Amino acid sequence: MKSKGTRYLALPYIVWMCGFIVIPLLLVLYYGLTDRSGTFTFDNVRKIMLAENFRPLYLAMGLSAVSTLLCFLIAFPLALILRSRKVGKGSFVAFLFILPMWMNSLLRILAWQTLLERKGVINGILSSLHLPEQHLINTPAAIVLGMVYDFLPFMILPIYNTLIKIDDNTINAAYDLGAGFRETLLRIILPLSVPGIVSGVTMVFVPTLTTFAISNMLGGGKVFLIGNVIEQEFMLNSNWNLGSGLSLILMVFIIMSMALLSRYDNGEDAIL
Amino acid sequence: MVPQTLRGFYELEKALIDLQGITKSFDGEVILDDLNLSILENSFVTLLGPSGCGKTTTLRIIGGFEKPDKGRVFFEGKDITNVPPNKRQLNTVFQKYALFPHMNIADNIAFGLRIKKKPENYIRDKIKYALKLVNLDGYENRSVESLSGGQQQRIAIARAIVNEPRLLLLDEPLGALDLKLRQEMQYELIRLKNELGITFIYVTHDQEEALTMSDYVVVMNQGYIQQAGTPEQIYNEPENAFVADFIGDSNIVPGVMLKDRLVRIFGADFHCVDSGFGENKPVDVVIRPEDVEILPPDDPKGILHGRMSHIIFKGEMYEMECTSSDGFEWLIHSTEMHEPGKEVALYVKPSNIQIMNKPASEDEEAIGVEE
Ligand SMILES: Nc1ncnc2c1ncn2[C@@H]1O[C@H](COP(=O)(O)OP(=O)(O)OP(=O)(O)O)[C@@H](O)[C@H]1O
Ligand SMILES: [Mg+2]
Repeated sequence: MKSKGTRYLALPYIVWMCGFIVIPLLLVLYYGLTDRSGTFTFDNVRKIMLAENFRPLYLAMGLSAVSTLLCFLIAFPLALILRSRKVGKGSFVAFLFILPMWMNSLLRILAWQTLLERKGVINGILSSLHLPEQHLINTPAAIVLGMVYDFLPFMILPIYNTLIKIDDNTINAAYDLGAGFRETLLRIILPLSVPGIVSGVTMVFVPTLTTFAISNMLGGGKVFLIGNVIEQEFMLNSNWNLGSGLSLILMVFIIMSMALLSRYDNGEDAIL
Repeated sequence: MVPQTLRGFYELEKALIDLQGITKSFDGEVILDDLNLSILENSFVTLLGPSGCGKTTTLRIIGGFEKPDKGRVFFEGKDITNVPPNKRQLNTVFQKYALFPHMNIADNIAFGLRIKKKPENYIRDKIKYALKLVNLDGYENRSVESLSGGQQQRIAIARAIVNEPRLLLLDEPLGALDLKLRQEMQYELIRLKNELGITFIYVTHDQEEALTMSDYVVVMNQGYIQQAGTPEQIYNEPENAFVADFIGDSNIVPGVMLKDRLVRIFGADFHCVDSGFGENKPVDVVIRPEDVEILPPDDPKGILHGRMSHIIFKGEMYEMECTSSDGFEWLIHSTEMHEPGKEVALYVKPSNIQIMNKPASEDEEAIGVEE
């Protein structure tokens, strides 16, 4: 029985969506496509062509791609090991990896800052061993480290979730038919875990592409990503129009990469 | 009584698989205890037993998915205990098919051949041939989830046999199918076995299936082999009460062996054909329900007297119960109907009376009949 009342159950959700997602998006669109006086223009969007804006976008894409790849390379074997464990032990190990997700991510990055600083913990240890101090912080590598550390659980969890859904006997059947570990991995396990890989990649690539907090804290203002540029336009230069214009560009890039990914999700063995 | 192995049956012939002293425990619980079994090339051997008796575990040890704690596995005399599953010359049809869900039917069947790097045109021919064999021609491009359980099962069999294994392990392959499809598949499997000349090891807990399909039946219970032999031997000459009870319906009654070829049951003396049990020795007697003959109460052939107490029409026969004067309920199968309440006499031919030793020790009692 469908009463009229049920139709309105979704109402709070729709209001919420409008208030906090649709309207802000429309505002970004409005600011991005107008100038200070409110007349329509493509100038803000076009400013991505300036080197000062283009380079940070380029760098951000590179760093987040590298971080996503590193996350995958670490997460997949880990998830495989977790899967092969018996439930009791496995859940404790899984817990260890999920634990950091409960901690504020900025706090975790702050911890890395103290470790990597010029006079930080690592250099402290090095100098007490009479070894030369290393220039660790404020490098792209430090940012990648922060990104991988911060977002690794978001790669492990979805991959682990698809891996445990694979029936043991599906894998045994591959061995039974003569496949070794490598062939079983490439032909059975990897294709069957594509949905998990896709959501893992999404959950790491998007936030690392747009971050400004990690690059602020571990880049010390020396490594400038597109997120930092946009933040600066909003907060420092109060140029909401330019900030919104650049955000639109970033959104287009994200939508494009998602579209690319979803193709792999559908044609599951396309990845091979 | 020592659990018997098949060894005796083929001393002169070569065994394809030889299990010697296989012991396996999980979490401190012994699942298989010193299991010995030889399986002859080209035979259809069934492992039969109640749920949890270790059938799948035995199969997994042969397939290489489980390592025995003790004992060795031999394949044509070569010790393969430590050989990984992908290096063994056998294939498995898993209890729940285990097809690869991301591949179509053709790729599923081709999997083993592609691993062995066979040429593509050979593979194409093999797929066609295998699909024909399991009566699913033209299913090459179908997806796994578009097939019914029975069809998936047949694809799992096709995927195994294209590799031309010496030995095929099948774990309750027909368990999920309805009766009619089950029977069709039983015939199909026997046909496949005869056409391909592959040795089959077949696991089931359905005694009827075991008796129809196999050359040899291995009856297992709680990790022990209770009896191994041809279906006829298992059915007609059960070695202990467990086998008699598990295989088909039977009347298992306590008796006393008065002397060779004479046994006393409920105070009445029956002639039988067994000897060598000694005199006045307590034994278990097995009488199949179809072997109990119902006679008029005054028939001089009658040995026990009783009153018919129950009747069910079963289609091909009547299943009846007769309470004899001492209170025992005899299960009787007959095509003749006898109304409940009717006074009758019962007779059993000497050759239809099967005498078994009573379990000697408590330990053997434990592996005996379970209610
Ligand atoms: N990996 C395992 N870990 C722990 N116990 C196990 C494992 N595999 C099997 N067992 C136990 O071993 C016993 C025998 O299992 P097995 O699967 O061999 O039985 P089965 O004869 O195949 O039964 P069924 O007819 O129900 O399939 C069961 O009690 C089961 O719980
Ligand atoms: Mg089983």
